[in-house]
Amino acid sequence: MALYRALIELADDHLVLGHRLSEWCGHAPILEEDLALSNFALDVIGTARSLYAYAAEVEGKGRSEDDLAYLRSEREYLNCLLVERPNGDFAHTMLRQFYFAAFMEPFWQAALTSDDKVIAGIAGKAVKEMAYHIRHTGEWIVRLGDGTEESGVRMRAAVVALHPYWEEMFAVSDCDVLPDRAALRSVWEANLKAVFNGAGLDWPEPVYGQVGGRIGEHSEVLGRMLSDMQYLQRVHPGATW
Amino acid sequence: MSNETPLWEVFIRPRNGLAHKHVGSLHAADEALALSAARDVYTRREEGTSIWAVRSDAIVASDPARAGQNFDPAEDKIYRHPTFYEIPDDVGHM
Repeated sequence: MALYRALIELADDHLVLGHRLSEWCGHAPILEEDLALSNFALDVIGTARSLYAYAAEVEGKGRSEDDLAYLRSEREYLNCLLVERPNGDFAHTMLRQFYFAAFMEPFWQAALTSDDKVIAGIAGKAVKEMAYHIRHTGEWIVRLGDGTEESGVRMRAAVVALHPYWEEMFAVSDCDVLPDRAALRSVWEANLKAVFNGAGLDWPEPVYGQVGGRIGEHSEVLGRMLSDMQYLQRVHPGATW
Repeated sequence: MSNETPLWEVFIRPRNGLAHKHVGSLHAADEALALSAARDVYTRREEGTSIWAVRSDAIVASDPARAGQNFDPAEDKIYRHPTFYEIPDDVGHM
């Protein structure tokens, strides 16, 4: 079940991040970014759906993508801790999205040549979306980091807050049809360095990495997020609309 | 320079071979963010294959108060419309 597990890890990353992004809907600082954040949410939720559908098929127990998304508890979620971090301010959200996209773009790039045709197909769509997320969020990080005094302070605070969550993304999942996560580090760092330089942000000193998401040990915030996200299916099981 | 985020006009080309058409406006701090915002706001439903964004203050516009002197004189010159010709059948749809 190595493939099933690896698909769930990936799918959970995308769904949890997608839900976090959707929390901005109607609350973004400007209309333009409100739409951009909703677009981002829909991109990653779309990928999550494809991954859940495939995971359900691989599992072969007759579960659906909805079952996997709405009827698993916090401890069964295997997303990395980065994606469940609260939105914070706009700088935090941009940086979290940038970290994620800067990792996923090379990941999907490598997955394009996977022997698994379903994964290669998902990668073909996702790789373009992630390339755009990198560009959009990178532009904002440069402008906030190198902008006003206030925006610089907030951007640097975001770097400090999210830095402990880098490490977990590179944790190896034992699955031969998906790219080797550890091998993506150099591309990821190159992506980051280009933007950090432009933004005038210092490269953060190594810190003790926060891990646990991949074994279902999450921070307190995930439970609250899931209770919000899963509310309807829990209260009205099987509801459709 | 004012602290207002500049306004931009957005033009989208729906398909190759067609002209860019004005679709609306948006606020953005600079060129890169304007194009990014245009993409996010105006091309969510496959509306386009190309985007132009131009600062609204770079556009020279005619004065609505002069609409009379600008446009009314054309009113009675129907001979400028190419409608007084017999179009040969062979030409087909024009």
